[in-house]
Order: sequence, then structure tokens, then C-alpha cells
Amino acid sequence: MKTNPFKFTFWKAVAILTLAAGAAATWLRVTGGLGASTNLTDATPWGLWVAFDILCGVGLAAGGFTMAAIVHIFHIKRFEPMLRPAILTAFLGYLLVIVGLMFDLGRPFSVWHAIIMWNPNSVMFEVAWCVMLYTTVLAMEFAPVVLERFRLFKLVRIMGRVSIVFIILGVLLSTLHQSSLGSLFLIVPGKMYGLWYSAYLPAFFYVSAIAAGCAMVIFESYLSSRAFGRGLEMHLLQEIGRVCVMVLGVYLVMKVVDLASRDMFGLLLLPRKETAFYWAELVVGVIAPMLWLGRAKVRANYHGLFAGAVMVVVGFVFNRLNVATTALERSAGVAYVPKWSELAITMSIVTVGFIAFALAARYLPIFTDEHGHAREEESVVPVAWVEDAGDARRQAPKRGDHGILVAK
Amino acid sequence: MKAKALLIDITQCVGCNNCQAACKEANRQPDTVENRLTPTAYTALQEYEGGVYVRRMCQHCKEPTCASVCPVGAFTKTAEGPVLYDESKCIGCRYCIQACPFQVPRYEWSSNNPRVRKCRLCAERVAAGQPTACAEACPTGATKFGDRDELLKEAYERIRNNPTGYVHRVYGVTEVGGTSVLYLSAVPFEKLGFKTQVETTPLPALTANAMEKIPGVVTVGTALLYGIYWITNRREEVARAEGGPAVLRDKLTRGSDDHDGHIGHGK
Ligand code: SF4
Ligand code: SF4
Ligand code: SF4
Repeated sequence: MKTNPFKFTFWKAVAILTLAAGAAATWLRVTGGLGASTNLTDATPWGLWVAFDILCGVGLAAGGFTMAAIVHIFHIKRFEPMLRPAILTAFLGYLLVIVGLMFDLGRPFSVWHAIIMWNPNSVMFEVAWCVMLYTTVLAMEFAPVVLERFRLFKLVRIMGRVSIVFIILGVLLSTLHQSSLGSLFLIVPGKMYGLWYSAYLPAFFYVSAIAAGCAMVIFESYLSSRAFGRGLEMHLLQEIGRVCVMVLGVYLVMKVVDLASRDMFGLLLLPRKETAFYWAELVVGVIAPMLWLGRAKVRANYHGLFAGAVMVVVGFVFNRLNVATTALERSAGVAYVPKWSELAITMSIVTVGFIAFALAARYLPIFTDEHGHAREEESVVPVAWVEDAGDARRQAPKRGDHGILVAK
Repeated sequence: MKAKALLIDITQCVGCNNCQAACKEANRQPDTVENRLTPTAYTALQEYEGGVYVRRMCQHCKEPTCASVCPVGAFTKTAEGPVLYDESKCIGCRYCIQACPFQVPRYEWSSNNPRVRKCRLCAERVAAGQPTACAEACPTGATKFGDRDELLKEAYERIRNNPTGYVHRVYGVTEVGGTSVLYLSAVPFEKLGFKTQVETTPLPALTANAMEKIPGVVTVGTALLYGIYWITNRREEVARAEGGPAVLRDKLTRGSDDHDGHIGHGK
């Protein structure tokens, strides 16, 4: 694969700089504690690491369970090519959430306490268990990919037989987990700004995670197509784009109904920081992508799809940051702005995620329907794969009962 | 044992700071004067216009939010009233700090093995039948220790005996379902930085409502998901068993999908 050499070194340089800053910040965190490495205070005990590394990390992994449900539970098999990348994203996402947790927890080496010291009334307890269990489930869902790579087909077949258990478990755990991240904030009715605090926070988190999950599937398909010169499954991505618009529509209606029922419309026009931030997340992440992706013509163009997906993801991130920090600032009486070291660690985690995804995509059979011997120029500007689809299918390995690859 | 409490009568406080000094001694903390809650000040005096002093401290809620949110159960509410924190359990998620409606718990931000810090209502002394150190040290009786029921009765009596000298409210009776620290004041509470807008029901109920739905989601969800899986799987198996035509149909429809989907055909 030939890539533009300048671009290559540029991104490599960015990655190296980011990781270097991350290493310095890690040193600060390890030696000086949270006080030296963050701008957190008693008034604002949660910051970027909770808002981004954990809330967003988990949310953006939502493509995994959405795709698993579509393919394996609803048997809409044509989405199968999207499943593995989605599971990979989810798996990496959760692993990185755990890394983020290790930075954020004041006593990271006590994290295992949650296994034996129970407080089942605590939402955080549920979150902890969901992270543990769902990471395990994702590992099981992802295992066949690695086993295939090492040609352990017998094991793959055995796993295929029980895979439905993991799939169902995964969907359930995700549902609980995505919504319980919203439930975390139910406990602060007096502290959270009226635009965000709602008894329906769990539902909002759940629905917006599905939209973000769809967007992430488009996002990673696009990026990997550029990086590896593989074709885009355009017809599938278009459909996902449409689903994304529908989910965003549901979300928007829920938001409006919620604001109306709590009589909060007045807040939408108050000249305040919160108003601006609220509108920003809503316009960027919901209204604009709905209008944009709502048009078939835009969806038919992969740049258009990608742009829409980016809006949804950015809006989603904005929302989580707002809920976890902006919405609580007024009652805290102080504004929280992350310290450089917080940013450096967050960006390093994202960078590691990108690198891990790229490596996995290159060395593991992630893109099973890859028609990958794409021509050189395709790696820069992907064009449609125009090979005979039937031919490609014949080349693809046969699938087992549960859509997991089995030996030919 | 009967539930204990502190009654803090703001009108009687002269700002001598004996409570903080006694608290620091009882908790073996550095003997410095601090005017806000910190990891080394479980109680602090805040001065308002007209020589009004307000003691800040943990309210020792009847149904403590901090205890309900802690994933590892590091907080416990004892029968006598104190809400205690056990650092050996804590994982440092700081949910307790985020969730406390009165913004009480403090964190040892500069430590590498940080603990959550807050008033312990002198649990050992209380268990031994003694008053808290701060109540004992108070020269004017502004802080009084006793049975919660009796202190409450006394508080209402003080208001009745001096209706113009007090606002007609005892802070801590209904706030988040009641607390073990009660306040009397001559100045409206909201002017003294008290959170007067807090709910009157215990906050743990808010998340309990959401948590209660989990078993339902799990059982209904499993049944539903497996049901859908079974149906769609069955349909596929039938199609496969029927052989030729179905498979062919499948191929045909899939094929057309693929063609629709191609980009770069000017679609
Ligand atoms: S005031 Fe805050 S820290 Fe004290 S018991 Fe209540 S919730 Fe817990
Ligand atoms: S910081 Fe410690 S005490 Fe507070 S909720 Fe988390 S684990 Fe519990
Ligand atoms: S009850 Fe004990 S720990 Fe709490 S403020 Fe008074 S002296 Fe300090």
C-alpha cells in the first residue's frame, strides 16, 4: 500500500507528540496524584476523564451491540461485513475505558474491590459490573477473529455454537450500561442545570448511544477504506445512515417532550453559557445531521455520509461533556477547564485506540468481505469496488450457523 | 439506641471557633484555623453580615446519598446517626462527592492515596454515650447534642417562645428526608448559603427507581431477544431446508442489493 509520504509522517509525528505529552502527564499523575495532574476540585470532582474517557468511550462503543443485534438476533445478514469492525471498536473502546478509569480513580489499585464489596443500590456499582462483564463478552465475541487468524477453526466452531448466548448477554449488558451512565446523574437533581436534568436521562443516554454507534460504524468504515484502500459497503452504510436519522428523530422528539413536560422551554432563550452549549450539542449532533443525512442524495455520497457521521459523533461527545461538566458548573460555583495533562492523557488514549484499530485491521481478518486488492489510487481516493460481487462472495469463507466463520 | 443529632442555633453562636479547635483535636488534625471545609477541617465557621456565624459540617442525612451511591459500600449509616466512611474500601471514584446534596465530602487531592474526608459525628464518643467534641466545647450552647426527637421538640419550642427572633423553620427536618444536624436561624436560610431548594424526599429513591427496572429489563430482554433470534433463525433454517428456490431467491435479492449499493456509478 502506498500512502502519501508527507501525510504519513505528519500523522506519525502528531501521534508521537501526543504520546510523549501523554507520558509526561502520566508521570505527573503517578507521582503527584490527581491534584497535580488535573484541575479537579471538591466542587467539580468529575472532569474530562469521566466525561470523555468513560462516558464517551462507552457510548461510542455502542456500534458493537447494535450491529450484533442486527446481524445475529434479527438475522439481517447483509450487515455482516460491518459486524467485526463494530465489535472491534467496542472491544477496544471498553479496554480504553478501563485504561481511562485507572487514571481517573483515586485508588486505581483498589478497583477490584467492586468485585467483592457490593452495594447493589449504587449505579456506579452497576456500571462497574457492566464494564467487567461486557468487556469479557466482547472478548468472547472478538475471539473468533483471533482464532481464525491462527487457523484454530475447531475452536471457532465450538465458540460459534454458544455465541448466541454471548450476543444476547452483550445486547442486554449494553442496554443496561448505556442507560446506567445516564442514571449516574439522576442523583443530582439540585445540582444539574434544568436543560439537562431529566428523569429520562437513562433513556436519553441509551437512544443517543445508538445513534452514535451507527455514526461510528460509518466513521470507521470510511477511515479504514481510506487507510487500507478497501471498498465501502455503500448500500449498507446508506441504510445505517437512514437508521441513524430515525434514531436521532426519536431522540429529538423525546427531548422536546421532556422539556415541555418540565416546562423548561424558557431556558432555551436565556442568554447564558448553558444555553449556547445546549444549542450547540443539539444543532451539531442532532438537528444538522438529521437534515443532512435525511437526504438520499447526501447518503449516496460517501463524503456526505462521513460528514454526517462526524456531526453525530461530535454532537454526542459534546452532549456527554455537557452533562458531566457544563451542566454542573453553575451549582458548583466554579468553572472547570481541563488541565493540559488531562487533555494529553485523553488524547493519548484516543491515539492508542486509532493505532490499535489500524493494527488489528491490518493483521486480523476484520474486514471479512474485503475486496481488498484494491488498486493503488484507491488507497488515496476510494472508488467503488466494481469486481463481480458473486465472485467475491465465492472467495469469502463459508459461514457457520451464527454467522461466524468456519473452515472451508 | 435512639437516633442522636446536633442542634445548631445560629443565633447563639459567637464565632469563638471552639468547635473547630475541639474537632481538630478529637480527630488529630493540625491545629490551624480554617474557614471552609477541607480534608483537615470537618467543620468550619462562615461569617455573614451582622456577626452571623454558620457552622458547616456533614448533615448526617437519615438516608445518606453518599452511602447509596458508593459502589463498594464505603459509607455506612449507624443506628445512632453518624454516617461513616471506610477508606479501606474506597476506590476513589468520587461519586460520593459528586452526589452529596450539601457538598460536604472533601478529597485529599494532593495525596497519591487519597481519602474522602468529612465529619464523623464523633461516632466513638457517641457510641460511648458522650456528646460530640464540638458540642462539648461550645461555650454558649449554640451546638447542642442529644436525641433527635427531643432536640426537634426543643427547636420548635424555641421558635414558639421567641417567634420574632427566629425564622419559622428548622433546617434539616425535611431536607432530603431529614438529617441528623438541625439548624435554627434568625436570618432566612437561603441568605446564609443553605441549600433551601433541595428535595424533601431522600435522594437515593431517584436512582433506586431506575435500578429497580434492571431485573425486568434483564428477564424481559432475554426472553424477547431469544424469541426474536429463534424466529428469525427458524425462518432461515426453513428457507435452507426448502432448498434450491429459496436459496436462489436469497442470492438474487442479495445480488441486487450489491448492485444498488455500488458507488461511482453516478447514482
Ligand atoms: S451531608 Fe452529604 S456526606 Fe453527609 S451524610 Fe448527607 S450525603 Fe453524606
Ligand atoms: S470515592 Fe470512595 S467512598 Fe466515595 S463513592 Fe467512590 S468508592 Fe465510595
Ligand atoms: S461531630 Fe465530631 S467530627 Fe463532627 S464536627 Fe463535631 S467534633 Fe468534628
